[in-house]
Amino acid sequence: MAVTPVRRRELTFWEKTYLPQILCGLRITFRHFFRNLFLHAAHRLGRLTHLRAAATIQYPEELRPLMSRYRSRHRLTVRDDGTPRCVGCMLCETVCPARCITIVPGEHPDPDVEKYPIRFDIDLGVCVYCGYCVEVCPEDAIRMDTGILDVAAYSREAMRLDIHELMDPALRKPVCECKLDFPHECAVSGGEMKGSWEAVRGEPRDLTRGTA
Amino acid sequence: MIEDLLIKVALAGIVLFAVLNLAGFHTWVERKQSALIQDRIGANRAPIFGFRMLGMFHGLADVVKMFTKEDIVPARADKALHALAPFFSVFFALVAFAAIPFGDRLIIGDRVIDLQVAKIDAALLYVFAMLSLGVYGVILAGFASRNNYAILGGLRATAQMISYEIALGIAIIGVVMVYGTLDLAELVRRQGQLIGGWIPFWGILAQPVAFIVFVTAALAETKRIPFDLPEGESEIIGYFVEYSGMKFGMFFLTDFLETIVVAALATTLFFGGWQVPYLMPDGFHFPWGGELPVSNWVYALLGVASFSIKGLAFCFLFMQVRWTLPRFRYDQLMRLGWKGLFPIAVANVVVTAVVLVFVGEPS
Repeated sequence: MAVTPVRRRELTFWEKTYLPQILCGLRITFRHFFRNLFLHAAHRLGRLTHLRAAATIQYPEELRPLMSRYRSRHRLTVRDDGTPRCVGCMLCETVCPARCITIVPGEHPDPDVEKYPIRFDIDLGVCVYCGYCVEVCPEDAIRMDTGILDVAAYSREAMRLDIHELMDPALRKPVCECKLDFPHECAVSGGEMKGSWEAVRGEPRDLTRGTA
Repeated sequence: MIEDLLIKVALAGIVLFAVLNLAGFHTWVERKQSALIQDRIGANRAPIFGFRMLGMFHGLADVVKMFTKEDIVPARADKALHALAPFFSVFFALVAFAAIPFGDRLIIGDRVIDLQVAKIDAALLYVFAMLSLGVYGVILAGFASRNNYAILGGLRATAQMISYEIALGIAIIGVVMVYGTLDLAELVRRQGQLIGGWIPFWGILAQPVAFIVFVTAALAETKRIPFDLPEGESEIIGYFVEYSGMKFGMFFLTDFLETIVVAALATTLFFGGWQVPYLMPDGFHFPWGGELPVSNWVYALLGVASFSIKGLAFCFLFMQVRWTLPRFRYDQLMRLGWKGLFPIAVANVVVTAVVLVFVGEPS
């Protein structure tokens, strides 16, 4: 094994006395101290707010700026009439490596659109946030641009998002507070139920589940 | 007679009030100053009725926490000594303040009050004796815990404090030689004379080398970074490893108290104590010829204010040093104490003696 002797640099006389080095260190800390003190005072008066006095981001009140390509919680985009853009092609469910997407397609009342999702669930407890569903979607119906990072729940069940929450990022669990009942208007065209809802519905869903 | 006693009690009360509050305030200063130095915000989440007061209530929250915490005494510990050790630490740090003059004489009616709790002729020796006794709290804490790590920590702390006390004491000798007194009040009074009518003859001018040695050794005495090997809060097992709750809090308080003692001593010995430049007991005598008479009350208050400002400045400086420097290694610590500060202090005494012989004592 080759041995490489590392020669430590000899300290000069003044370095051995520590004093000049201590003064150099103090100069740095004093500079930071007074700069930040001045900036904090200026911020109180509403001045110089473009200069940050502290690197701290006080999280719940203040959010870190996200890059535009950041993959956050999913959402389903909607058409002008408020119905989902999703055509129920199942590509995202197929491509999903975590198999966290469950879609139940139904026949769309508009003859130009074949299908629409009667149910569209994403289990965020399983999702790996890979973004394949967004890339694979031919209709730009699913995006990951809500900026929601703090998805948390007390149960695995509550981590499942249904179509209500996916279409309205402002809507959070518990869903029982949601005014939209299932099957709801946003999944239907013109407020009129089409297709075989009853067949899809099966047993009534318990909408009271979720976080307290 | 009873009036004298009352005055002394009042003075002691004022000093205790000021010093203990300042020590409590130090926890806030420590948090916020370090935060500003490190581009952070610092603790600000202890609001009372929605008022955050820049996080000042964290000190109160700390106290509540420490008093309500479980007080654990190790099963095999010496219970009496284990309880006594933190009181020793705080006690000796507090009584050291008794001899430090924080102002000149205050005259009320025909009564002359020295603004100093205990007027001791050998005040300097007294302060150093009390600071030295502080080591008992440290070694007792390690010893009474019956924990080998705590004993090792206590021994480390004792070795450090005794080593640096020697440099500290010898550094002071230079000052004592220049001013020719051990009485701190008299020592401060003698720093009031002017060199050539312009520059106050403060200790820093007479003994700059002693000042550097003193401050370094005194920082080591307070057991704070860069000399915090005895404690090393989270990294090294120190002498108070078996302490919890307010007993631990008292060791922590001792740190701050000692910082304040050292700041007060540095002010008294090297920065003219309560002296205000050009202020004589009857008023300002400016070297450029002006005069501004002040009453005795104003004179005394100006002195107290001057002493406080200088002392606080030192506290600030020590805090800044604490957040600037990394910790010494133990061998570096001993080398600095014995091979660095000690010879420098001795040389300083010799040079001072020679200069005094040839120049003659001032005053």
